[in-house]
Amino acid sequence: MAELKFPNPHQAERIPGTEGWERMYPYHYQFSTDDPTRAKYEENMFWFYDGLHYPEPMYPFDIIWDEAWFLALSQFNTRIFIVPPALGIDHRIHNGYIYITPLPVPNPEDIPKRVELFMKRAGYYYQNWDRLHDQWEEKMKNLIKELVDCEIPVLPEMEDESVVTEGIGISTGYKLLNAYDKLIDLGIKCWQYHFEFLNLGYAAYVVFVDFCQKAFPDIPLQRITQMVGGIDVIIYRPDEELKKLAKMAVELGVDDVAMSGNAASVLKAMEGTANGKKWLQAFNGARDPWFHVSTGTGWYHHDRSWNDDLDIPLDAMRIYIEKVRKGENISRPTQKVIEEREKLASEYRALLKTDQDRATFDQMLGTSRTVFPYVENHLFYVEHWFHSIFWNKMREVAAILVDHKFIKDVEDVWYLKRSEIKDALWDLVTAWATGCNARGPLIWPKEIEWRKEVMKKFRQWTPPDAMGMVPETITEPFTIVLWGITSDSMAQWAKLKAIADSDLSKIVGFPGSPGTVEGVVRVCRTVSEIGQLREGEILVAPTTSPSWAPAFQKIKAAITDVGGVMCHAAIVCREYGLPAVVGTGSATSRLKTGQRIKVNGATGEIDILG
Amino acid sequence: MDASTYVLPFEVCDLSFVNRVGGKCASLGELIKAGIPVPPGFAITTEAYQSFLDDNGLTDKVNKRMDGLELSLLDEIDRASQDVRNWIEAGIIHEYLEDYIADHYRLLSRRTRTPALPVAVRSSATAEDLPDASFAGQQETYLWVRGVDDLLDRARKCWSSLFTPRAISYRIKMGFDHSKVLISVAVQKMVRSFTAGVMFTLNPATGDEATIVIDSNWGFGESVVSGEVTPDQFLINKITMDVVRKTVSDKHIYYTTDPGTDEVKKLEVDEERRKSQSILDQEIIELARLGKIIEKHYGKPMDIEWAVEKSLPHKGEIYIVQSRPETVWSQKEVKPITEAKASVVEHIVAGLMQGKKMK
Repeated sequence: MAELKFPNPHQAERIPGTEGWERMYPYHYQFSTDDPTRAKYEENMFWFYDGLHYPEPMYPFDIIWDEAWFLALSQFNTRIFIVPPALGIDHRIHNGYIYITPLPVPNPEDIPKRVELFMKRAGYYYQNWDRLHDQWEEKMKNLIKELVDCEIPVLPEMEDESVVTEGIGISTGYKLLNAYDKLIDLGIKCWQYHFEFLNLGYAAYVVFVDFCQKAFPDIPLQRITQMVGGIDVIIYRPDEELKKLAKMAVELGVDDVAMSGNAASVLKAMEGTANGKKWLQAFNGARDPWFHVSTGTGWYHHDRSWNDDLDIPLDAMRIYIEKVRKGENISRPTQKVIEEREKLASEYRALLKTDQDRATFDQMLGTSRTVFPYVENHLFYVEHWFHSIFWNKMREVAAILVDHKFIKDVEDVWYLKRSEIKDALWDLVTAWATGCNARGPLIWPKEIEWRKEVMKKFRQWTPPDAMGMVPETITEPFTIVLWGITSDSMAQWAKLKAIADSDLSKIVGFPGSPGTVEGVVRVCRTVSEIGQLREGEILVAPTTSPSWAPAFQKIKAAITDVGGVMCHAAIVCREYGLPAVVGTGSATSRLKTGQRIKVNGATGEIDILG
Repeated sequence: MDASTYVLPFEVCDLSFVNRVGGKCASLGELIKAGIPVPPGFAITTEAYQSFLDDNGLTDKVNKRMDGLELSLLDEIDRASQDVRNWIEAGIIHEYLEDYIADHYRLLSRRTRTPALPVAVRSSATAEDLPDASFAGQQETYLWVRGVDDLLDRARKCWSSLFTPRAISYRIKMGFDHSKVLISVAVQKMVRSFTAGVMFTLNPATGDEATIVIDSNWGFGESVVSGEVTPDQFLINKITMDVVRKTVSDKHIYYTTDPGTDEVKKLEVDEERRKSQSILDQEIIELARLGKIIEKHYGKPMDIEWAVEKSLPHKGEIYIVQSRPETVWSQKEVKPITEAKASVVEHIVAGLMQGKKMK
């Protein structure tokens, strides 16, 4: 691996015209040379670009989730479960792109003690997984309820008389500051819960992967995932709801109503008949929580949910109505999935050579199957359900800032750090309380214009895959599973990228789901475009989420810009037996609708044929 | 006495026929019964050999000539070998025996729709399980034999190979009775390979037994077996039966026959075929399916030679021409992959401690 060389983070390229960009992000995210110890640390670590989560540069507000997981993941490794050889993952930002590095335990003498603690603590979670997991779901549901209940008050000209008659003693100004704090607090807390099981889930999965790869050096990661994958995974629920609604519309004879006009007119027309009302009731029932599903990964504020735009689920449901009308079966091939999963597991098991291996295989597979559904399910609770509501609450805060001319547009709020918003709210509330003019309107609109220009320049820049020094080994489970960072993958990646860079007819990504097909490209930049998909086309999307599920009914392969072997497109394609290449970085910009391509989901290669 | 005393199609043979048709023909019969498409053919039985000796008055004559030979008398052995082999090769195959063999040959010709079908004629010894089986002259192989006369001529040569100096010496050394060791002859259709190569029912590079590896090139398998070309290579997952890796190489040469003379020649591959995939996707999967059956049949990872014969580019006939146990990985000591542990947490700790090597 001596060939892998990456730039020194302190000499990373700077983009003219962006000077001062550092103030858009937390100060401790900067690579810096002012302290020799810190500078040396930064130069010696292996910083890789987290393209898996961040295909675009960070908005100053959206970095909240990066900070949230920076804290949460690391604390569970380092301070709570005491992962023996690994500490947390450190973060930096350069030109708006996030770089991360896993930290090993520096002092090997600490490890035996950590082993003992880990056995006890992690062991407790593995043994009580189901109970703790039920408890987790309750906690998440309560947290989301708190979020929903968190009211963002609009500042009145005069407080209501009840403030006096009920002796309330606080103003709406205070309540607004408090609500904002609460909102941020809930967001951070949600991400605490996010990692309560995830580290352990990945750790169990990593050892199983490791065992399988030792026993079967050629085994594709996809197949291991398939062996442990859950059946009753809530990632499929939003889509299942659409199928139910489609069938119901046909059964109730309101499918014609459902097929014409936009969502608003459909919902209105449904009110007109008894059967329509019945359907509407089911529709509204499905909206909470299932329509909180995001149309993106949920990591960015611009990933809107179905509830934000009901035309999206409605259009998707229409795909199903058409199928139901034609008498096609739209059910998930659950039985087939179970059979395939069992066949894979039992046939791989049968190829093991000793009884001891078979016992270990059973042990590890059993645990992986217990923990893996969490790995698949937590996304809906956190990144979809919670985030979708959260972004809209933030828009309510932004609307107040717009009202008071602190920002020009609600969507400008994302160009402010959350601490800057807090400062601005103080400015705003004190000015409101005092009756004087706030300073914010003189500062923020100008600053936001500048930041928009900076981000435009960031977007045109290509971040290097990694910076700093490659370590001997990596022990941090997330780094291995989620980002797939191993020596093999790095070398393979570098090699394939070199081929792809020199060959304009080739694009390379991660193998997401096996199979080879040739077909015609349909680029869908957002889920609202999936209505344009024709039967048998190859979907090319920035990323997909459960809200894209209906698209998979029509396509014969999927390609995404972002994502690894665990991403939505890869999971769904494996289930439906479609090839998928994920994490290509650039497929949506390099491929054009109508082009013929060949997709190899086992190798991750895409050939442009014409 | 009817035809089946002297001549047996492979498909009726099985291991219980070893004494009559030799190991090679018996195992070809077994493979056919397991559903493996081996090139069709028939065995000329040990009875045919015995009758031939009797008909020519050679049984006693040969035994006498073998009398008194000793290991140390190399020249004596050489001379006796020469005599006996001359007698056998000059012997007359009587009409009844010739008819049986010719009938089967013509039948094979008709079955394969090839006039004067080229066949391989090989000895098939009855004692193949002996450590040094070459004593039986089983290495004798004649390729591209056409027509009854040539076939009978090569059959006699196979029979006489039982009396090579080496075979005689071996029997003396082991104390075997020369008259008790018999030989059968396998007559098998020659495959005019369009594409051919080898298949391993494990990955020879990694030892992964869930993988099948197929190497292929245009023409005969020789270019692949000898390592003269970098063949196309395909990795197939044995469980899911999908091609997980395809490497299409630049294949500069291939072996083929001159259709007129049946001479095997080495040729340059045409420019447009050099970098084209030399085997169809559906043939890859079909071969892998056969590989699985063969492996199951023998109960161990196998090393297989195969060929595809075709007259049209899209439709081919797959033949398995050779299969033997894989020897490299199969001889490694079997050890558990990890130490046994009481709980998964212990495995996790061990795994975490090891981490992933980056350098």
